[in-house]
Order: sequence, then C-alpha cells, then structure tokens
Amino acid sequence: MNDQQTVEFDDIQALARFAHGHLQDSCFLLLSVIDRHAAGRWLQRANIATAGQKAELPDTAVQIAFTPAGLTALGLPEQTLMQFPEDYLTGISGDESRSRRLGDVDHNAPALWQWGHHDWHAVHLLLLLYSHRGSIGRFREEIADKGFDSAFHVCHTLPTDTLSPHEPFGFKDGISQPRIDWQHTQRTDVHAREAYSNLLAPGEIVLGYDNEYGQLTPRPLVSTTSDTHSVILPPAVDHPGYQDMGRNGTYLVLRQLQQDVSGFWKYVHEQARGNATLAEELASQFVGRQRDGKPLVIPTVRNIPGISRKQTDNHFDYDDDPYGFQCPVGAHIRRSNPRSGDFPPGVSGFWSRLVSTLGFNRQAEQQDLVASSRFHRLLRRGRTYGAIHPQSAETDKEQGLQFISLGANITRQFEFVQSAWSISSSFAGTREERDPLLGHRRALDNGTRTDNFMQADAAGAQRKLPSLPAFVTVRGAGYFFMPGLRAVRYLGKMAEQNPDGATPNGDEPDSAVISEINSSSSVAGRP
Amino acid sequence: MTPQSSFMIVVPIASGKRDAMDSLLESMNLAPGRVDPHNPVIPFALFDELHSARLLIIEANTAEDILAYDTEVRHWTPSLALLGEVDGERGQFLARLAVVASHGLATLFALCQGFDTHQGSMLSFLQSHQTNSAADYVNWRGRTVRQVHEEARLQRFLAERLSTMLAEDGHTDVRQIRQQLLTSVQLEQQTGRLTLTPEAPTSWRHWWRNALHLISLPVILLLLTPVLVVVLPLALWRLRKIEKNDPDIDTKSTLAHIRTLSRIEDHDVSNQFNVFGDVKPGLFRLLLLKSVMYIVSYAARHIYRRGYLARVRTIHFARWVFLNQNRSMYFASLYDGSLESYMDDFINKVAFGLNLTFSHGVGYPRTRWMIKGGAELEQPFKQTLRRHQLPAAVWYRAHPGLTAIDMARHARIRRGIEEYPLDNAQIRQWLSEI
Repeated sequence: MNDQQTVEFDDIQALARFAHGHLQDSCFLLLSVIDRHAAGRWLQRANIATAGQKAELPDTAVQIAFTPAGLTALGLPEQTLMQFPEDYLTGISGDESRSRRLGDVDHNAPALWQWGHHDWHAVHLLLLLYSHRGSIGRFREEIADKGFDSAFHVCHTLPTDTLSPHEPFGFKDGISQPRIDWQHTQRTDVHAREAYSNLLAPGEIVLGYDNEYGQLTPRPLVSTTSDTHSVILPPAVDHPGYQDMGRNGTYLVLRQLQQDVSGFWKYVHEQARGNATLAEELASQFVGRQRDGKPLVIPTVRNIPGISRKQTDNHFDYDDDPYGFQCPVGAHIRRSNPRSGDFPPGVSGFWSRLVSTLGFNRQAEQQDLVASSRFHRLLRRGRTYGAIHPQSAETDKEQGLQFISLGANITRQFEFVQSAWSISSSFAGTREERDPLLGHRRALDNGTRTDNFMQADAAGAQRKLPSLPAFVTVRGAGYFFMPGLRAVRYLGKMAEQNPDGATPNGDEPDSAVISEINSSSSVAGRP
Repeated sequence: MTPQSSFMIVVPIASGKRDAMDSLLESMNLAPGRVDPHNPVIPFALFDELHSARLLIIEANTAEDILAYDTEVRHWTPSLALLGEVDGERGQFLARLAVVASHGLATLFALCQGFDTHQGSMLSFLQSHQTNSAADYVNWRGRTVRQVHEEARLQRFLAERLSTMLAEDGHTDVRQIRQQLLTSVQLEQQTGRLTLTPEAPTSWRHWWRNALHLISLPVILLLLTPVLVVVLPLALWRLRKIEKNDPDIDTKSTLAHIRTLSRIEDHDVSNQFNVFGDVKPGLFRLLLLKSVMYIVSYAARHIYRRGYLARVRTIHFARWVFLNQNRSMYFASLYDGSLESYMDDFINKVAFGLNLTFSHGVGYPRTRWMIKGGAELEQPFKQTLRRHQLPAAVWYRAHPGLTAIDMARHARIRRGIEEYPLDNAQIRQWLSEI
C-alpha cells in the first residue's frame, strides 16, 4: 500500500464510515441557493461531521451533498461539472430511458413524485442533520441561523422518524452491509476472488482510491493553473498538475419509498387463508429473512471475509441453495445481494478457474448466472419515516423508508442492483416475477405477467403466488454528490469570491414550484 | 438439425437522403425501440424462419480517432444495413424476402446508392450487397424459431395444467403427476392445439461441410507447425511491441449519444448491440485479426454451440464483420439483460475473449499479450464500447420476452416429455422447471 492509498478520514464525510446510529433523530432538507455569496460563506464555516475517529461520539452531525444544479449555482465552471459522470448529470428522473430501466414507471413514475422531478432544477443541496432523540427540532433551529436563512431556501423537508432497527413492514433491517477494507488488506483484481467476500475496497465507496477493479473511478479534476481556488483541493494521484475535486467524495442516492404496510400484510394473510403462521412464513419468503433478521438459508461453514462467524444472521451465502429451496431466488435480499464470488461455487486454483473461464464447468444450470456481486454493493444509510405508534389513531398515515445508498459509481452500483437484479423479470433465471417488495408489476410487452412470486420446492413443482399488488411506491428521489471536506470548502470559497455574486440566471428557484412543494410536504414534514 | 445462417445487406445511402431514410426507418416502429412486426416496409412477422432482424445506419462516428496513428481518416459512406438470423439457407430466405417485401425494400433502397441503376431483380440486388461475417455465434445451433415457439407453448400449457392439478387436490406422488401431465399433453396434441415437431434430419451437405470445417483447424495447425514454431515467437514479440505503442484514446461519449442509445434499450428482456470502428493500421494487425476470427468462428461452430459462449449464457446471436475493405469492423449481438449487465459479463467473465477480438480496434483500452488488460480496465472499456456503439433504428425478434435461459429450460422440459424412464429425482427436477 502506498501513501496515496492511505485513507484520509478527516476529509471524508462521516456518513461514508458511520451510520450515526447513536443519533436517533434526523432531519433531511432539500435546499435551494438564493444568495451565492451567503451560501459560500455558510459552507465554509459549516461544521460537517468527518469520518475521523473522535474521543467521544458527537452529539450532532451535519452532512452535505449537492445536485449538479447546486454546483452550478455555487459557480462551478461548466468544464469541471461536465467531468462528472452521465448518471449524476442527467439525474435519476432526467431521462425516460433511465426511469424505465430503474422501474420508475406506472405508480412509481417521476411525474407523480412529491419531489425530485418537477422541482429538480431548483434543488441544490441536501442537508442531512442528525441529533439525539428529541433534540432534532432544537438542532435544526440552531443550524437555520441568520446566515443560513439569507443563503438558502428550504424547498422540502423530507419526513424522517426516530431510528428503528425494523423497517415498516416489521423486518429487522440494515444487517447486511459491506465492510469497507480501509486498510487495503484484500487484493483487488478482476479475477482474483473465487468466493464471496464482504470486504470492499474503499474506492467502491469513496472516490480517489482503488476500487474493486484496482482502478480509480473517473472523477472531476481541476488544473491549478486555470483555477486558483483549487489549491485547497487534494492533488490528483494519477494526474500530476491537477487537483482532485472528487477525492474523498461519494455519490448519494436518496429515494423516498412509501410502504403499503397494511396492503402487504393483507395480501400475505389472504394467500395464507388466515393462517397466521403461514402468513408469517410467506412474508419471510418475500424478504429472505424472518422478522427478527434470521436468514432463510442456514449459515455457511465456509469463511466469509468481513463477516464474523458469530454474526449468524449475516454469515451466509447461497452456494448450497442454487434452486432456492431454502430461500427463493427471487426473495428481496437475495436479489439485492446474491453473495456470489467471481467463480461458481467450488472453483479454486488455476486449472479449475481455467476450465470455468472457458465455459466447461457446467455443474448446475442455475449456477453462475450471477457472478461477482462485489462490483455491485451498496452502503445503505436509510432511515424510516412515518411510523405509526400503537396509541395513534391515524392508520392511513404515509410511512416508508428514506432509502440512502452511498457509492463511487451510481450506474455500476445502485442502478445495476435496481435494474439488473431487483426489478429484472429474468434475474438469475427467474421468470414472471420481480422483487416482491420493490418491483413494479408491469407485464412484459408480449403479455407475460410479472406480478407473481415463485417458491421452489424440493418436493417437485414450484408454487406460484399470483397477482401481487405493488407494496412500495417511489415518492421522490435524487442523485447527489457528497464531497470531501476540502471540496466543500473549495465550493464555498468559489461561491463567496465569484465576481458574479448573485445566483446565475436560470438557476433562480421557481417560486411557484417551491410553494407547491412546501404545501405538499407540510403533511409529512416534521420540522 | 436445421442449421442457422445469417444475412447482412449493406448499401451506401445516397447523398441527401439521410433524413428521408431516418424517417422511413422510424415509420417501421410503433414507438422508439419497439418495432411493428407487421409494418408495411418489411413485415417481419410473415417470415417464420426469421429469429431476429435489424436495420441500422452504419456510420463512422469515431473515424478521426485513427489520426492518433498518424494515418489518414478512412472514408466511409453512411450505409444502410439490414441483417438478421434465419433457420436454413440464407439464399432461400433472401429469395423469399425479395418477393414478400419487394415493394418495401424498393422504397428503402431507393434512398441508397446504385439501386436506380441496378439492372436485374431485387434478389440479385440483395445478393450483390450481401456481406459475409468473419465469425457467427449462435446460442443454440439447430434450434429453430418453430421449436422455440412450440416449446414455449408447451411450457405454458404444462404450467397451467400443473397449477390446476395442484389446486384441485394435493398430489404428492410425482410419478402420478407426471403421468397425468403426459396424458394431457397427448390429448392436447391430438386436438392439434399443441405441436412438437421432431427435429429435421441434418442434410448431407451440411454434415460434410461441418465435418470438413471441424478438421480444418487441426490439419492447418499440423501442416503449419514447422512454420509456426519460427513465426509464433516473432509474432508475439511484434505484438507486444505494437501493443506498447498503441496510443490511448479516452474521448467520452456525449450525453446526446448516450440518450439516443438508451432510448431504444430495455424495452424487453433482451437488447441489441452494434459497434463499428476502425481496425488498427498495419498488415500485421490485419493478419492477426483474421487468424483470431478464424479461431472464433471455429470455436463458435464446434465448441460453443449449445448455450454457452465460454462462461456467458445470455447471448443469442453475435457476429463479427469486416467492412470497408477490411479497414473497419462491425460487431452485432443480441443479448439478455441490460447493457450494464452485458458489460459486467464481458469484464468479469470473458475479458480475455473481448480482448482477443476487439483489441485490434482503434481506441480499445491497452492490452497485454492480446488477453490481459483491455476489458479489465473497466471504465475505459465501457467508455470505448459505448462510444463506438450504433443504435439499431429497427429491431425485430420472433420471440420477445424469452431469454436464452428460458429457451434452454423449455427444451429440457420438452426432453422430459419425450424421454423416459425418469427416476423420482429427475421427475422432481423436471416438475420444478415447469
């Protein structure tokens, strides 16, 4: 490991390393820059939480991420902006083809979203605030001081809730996370890893370090001669004379997913004909885990780097269950992470790798359809919202998940998992079904329905549950860039010192849109 | 066995007719990326031997990349290409196409060079513009369109029958279930609603040609051994030298280009893929590429003929074609899943194969020994493929909604009907696939 690969925790926003689990309350704000100068000043003094180790856990945390419109509003030159990848620049709702690929169609279509589509040009920043239980209101007031108010307009306050280990359907969530290999203990090479490992190269999450291919993900670089502000940025390790705007930054995908909890349990109970045990079993088949988090497949005896054997709810893969007898192949967690190595199970050593590579290792028809899941991992940082308390009378309240995932490559990570695995009707040889939780239910063009759920059965014929309703609805979504600390200061400085102090024309937030958003958010918002 | 063959008609577009061609091609679609199978220009659905077909305009978007080699830009006239895969002989299909779609083809070719002065039939025009592939890959040699349809129908019938049976009473004896299913199939066959056409006998001509081709490579290798012993080390030395001197070209695709391509992608479980680019200059490269193509063609014909292309099982058809007097190469394929998952397979499963065949193209990421590097450089590789990609203006498939994995499973289900005895474990396996 060379110096360039030593991870600079103090320059990385804390969320890439910690989930702020002890800060149970949170508040997510979508902001619009109304005064570039003021915004620049505020960004430079903002106390952003970093990934560096502290003696004590902090009482509050602030994280900041930007949209492409936000970077422009702060005065980032177009030539730098255009170096960002296509997915980020176009945005999650900016192209119908992308929406189709991600399954944001029908009831999930961006046109129906509460935020992230009509208003996207006016959204510039995402501010994530975390604090101890009960103190988030006070913390938000503290943040929204005079300098803040003159710089930003709050377009939308996303609903959030006190942190809960269970997602709204009632299942324990957040068990499976990649473990970031900050010390670079594991080799990264295209064909190096035969079996599944949970250790993930830092460059898969944070830009500027080697990713799982042993390469640097492209990111915007700035020449020191053309841009004097850029001296505060870290140098680009692969391009002498350039500063790295991406280093220590990460992309943040945010999706507000409304969950139809009563619809979910109603369907399951109907299918179980009222048998509560059966209903519970069915629901766990959808998820791939029981409510308490216990996976449906038995823990493996093989070693999985990055997961302790004691962690029985995570020490498993699907190598011994190719047909899905233990856990349906189409189950939610199996689609989200098939836990496959670079080669089919049992391949080890030069010759068997060669035989496999040439296509002569044909043990089971189901095997090797999905390989190398390490290139498609998500670091999840979501929070639930709208929990219905047992005492509460409101039962029709919107509830769900503010899904957040971090990664260095939106297309290869979030979009791949969403399109090729979760909503694909042909994931790993499955057919006529999509993710039972996340998927839309649109039939294929040739009329084949995809609203089923298939359960393989060792005794013979598979069981088919028909006519699944959609249980999840997308209410808003966006792609953000969460820069390193120095890059935030660079942006702040640029905004403050830019001769054109006012927000450039065209980025003026549309007041009609904003008021519309505000009125729609007031129901769910929790200031 | 009925062998599959490919056709590809390439005709330069007449100057000033590009816009008219674009709108004519667009008129064959119901929506972007979704063909009208009964469109009046070429009613694809009328050809029951046609697996897939596409029309695209092959144009040299990346022609200037070759300047990095201090070589002049190679002239290429944007051309209309009509290509596809059929059961049986190409000649028979083209003859039928020339008759059935003569009017539509005439309107297409009227916008191209040479059609107005062409003396002779439509068929002779097609034949004179037929461009042969250097290598053709077929996912499952011998599987006909008819077989795909019949087996898909069989699977649907069995699945419905099975779920009714299981709902009616809880069957437990798998032998009994299978027997009942077999009886239902027989009844259905008697009514004519279900047909399972037996495989056609292999023609002697095909058999001989294939056998000769099969021994060609070993014979050539054997005869050339004395020469190869001398030439091979020199060739490797030369290869490594030119590999090291290859210029890096890392131009990004424009957002508009990406949008044009993705507009027609992911409407079905499968997608089409076309790339076109220049072959690196020099006779050595060309000879190398020709030899590689011969080996690929050999492997596709004799080794990877039953569902696997090395480790990849999602490619239905693929072909490599030399164009512009061997100065450019065109690659077309039909694959399951999204482009990202296709690329994923390329990089993680068959990078060596991609490098062998594509590293001779201008702009391909640097390789080592024609096998390492290249596709393993994830981002430059994806970037170069996307940049050389061309959209198919029109794309038809005879069996939308079916992946190669589905087709292989359907064939196994059919085998389970026609073959017995099966033991209980085999019956359970068979039932689970229905």
